[in-house]
Amino acid sequence: MAINIFKYSSPAAFYPIAGKMIPVFYVLAAILTIVGLYISFLVAPTDATQGEVYRIIFIHVPAAWMSMFIYMIMATWAGLGLILNTRLSSMMAQALAPTGAMFTFVALITGAFWGKPTWGTWWEWDARMTSELILLFLYIGYMSLTAAIDDVRRADKAGAILALVGAVNVPIIYFSVKWWNTLHQGASVSMTRAPSMAKTMLLGMLIMALAAWMYSIAVALSRVRLLMLEREKSSAWVQEVLESKS
Amino acid sequence: MGNVLLSVIRRDLLLAFRRRADVLTTLFFFVIVVSLFPLGVGPEMKTLRLIAPGVVWVAALLASMLSLQRLFAADYQDGTLEQMLLSPQPLGLIVFGKIVAHWMVSGLPLALIAPLLGLQFDLPPEALGILFVALLLGTPILSLIGAIGAALTLGLRGGGVLLSLLVLPLYIPALIFGAGAVEAHIAGVSAEGHLSLLAALLIFSGLATPWVTALALRISME
Amino acid sequence: MNWGSWSNFIDMGGRGFYVWGSYLITLVCIVLELGQLSRHKRTLWNRLTQIMKLNKQG
Repeated sequence: MAINIFKYSSPAAFYPIAGKMIPVFYVLAAILTIVGLYISFLVAPTDATQGEVYRIIFIHVPAAWMSMFIYMIMATWAGLGLILNTRLSSMMAQALAPTGAMFTFVALITGAFWGKPTWGTWWEWDARMTSELILLFLYIGYMSLTAAIDDVRRADKAGAILALVGAVNVPIIYFSVKWWNTLHQGASVSMTRAPSMAKTMLLGMLIMALAAWMYSIAVALSRVRLLMLEREKSSAWVQEVLESKS
Repeated sequence: MGNVLLSVIRRDLLLAFRRRADVLTTLFFFVIVVSLFPLGVGPEMKTLRLIAPGVVWVAALLASMLSLQRLFAADYQDGTLEQMLLSPQPLGLIVFGKIVAHWMVSGLPLALIAPLLGLQFDLPPEALGILFVALLLGTPILSLIGAIGAALTLGLRGGGVLLSLLVLPLYIPALIFGAGAVEAHIAGVSAEGHLSLLAALLIFSGLATPWVTALALRISME
Repeated sequence: MNWGSWSNFIDMGGRGFYVWGSYLITLVCIVLELGQLSRHKRTLWNRLTQIMKLNKQG
């Protein structure tokens, strides 16, 4: 298994494989989205306390989960690229970042859209939303740093350090924000649902989260292919790819 | 090992002393920013007392960040940094020494002058004491974490702003515990919890960050 | 889940703006991301094939 992985860790070998996988993941994402939306709107019942507006969680919660998940995966790939000195791992990290940032943004916006009708304000400084906002800053920092460094390998490694430092800080930041929030007792609202969530609601969130995951993989693979072409444009395998397509 | 540390600290202090203006500008920046808030918020003492810990702390964060550029820039430009990378002495130790010197020159003055600024906000004497202790514990954390950012952005155009972007989110826990300590005291609760957490953060950063900064320096200098 | 009528579905218990607003914004974000990706691909391909052609000539 390990030998196989390393065989595909060269961009030349991975490029065609990624190309074949991308449509599969898009199709999976589409199917899961349809199923998820069906459950969200046609199966999950009206909520006792929140009525219909709670249905925003079918986007908000999966987006929040993905934003965190992608950051950890991104930091892992970046770390691998740093330790093992593999180019592809670093490229995967950079390919994931924009999608992660996108989901973070979606989580924040949908959180606001949920908050306004439910608790009266567009924004609440509760622990989870505030941590989500800080996560967005971490993504932006990573993308800005890697964009600002011209030397590709330096950008990869510097980005890796930043991503790893960020990853270590995420629990610290979350803990401190939670502490801050409970002490100031401003927002006693919580974006987490009451434990008595209908099974269908949980199912809807899980399916939508899976859909988001499939989508992220498809997009990240597409992006990493572009990164590979860009970075290795003078190599033989890229020339062959260009020839065969033109 | 102690010798290396002391000589690095001494050298950096000497260099900083020769460029006193740089050091003083950071301090003045701190003072000015703190004074801006009443102008923006209004002179109502009740409000000012409430926002004082947060304002002083945010100003300290910003002032700290501005001074971070100085940490490696001069050595980078004149080639000393390259020598440090090649030296047989552990880079982490050298980095730690530079950070200590940097703190003594940029962080410590902030902690010393903060109680004076706290008076502008009508903070009671004990709160001023807590503010001092909190900044004493917190400013080294800012230097330690900030050093990573300074190392990563070495030599980049737009470095200063980029540095802020990278480092400010990482400052947030120190901000929360530091400002929180003073606010807790004012609210009549003990500041011990906050200060202990701040101390823990200091120990953790002190142990963990110098070698991350050293690694970041090697990466930037490749 | 029985909505009873289309208008009930759109209305979402009076909170239609918030529910559909959220879904719409999400859709826009996804469309923008995919659009940016395809634009990037097109630009990159054009540039690389250009370079390749020039190399062949020169």
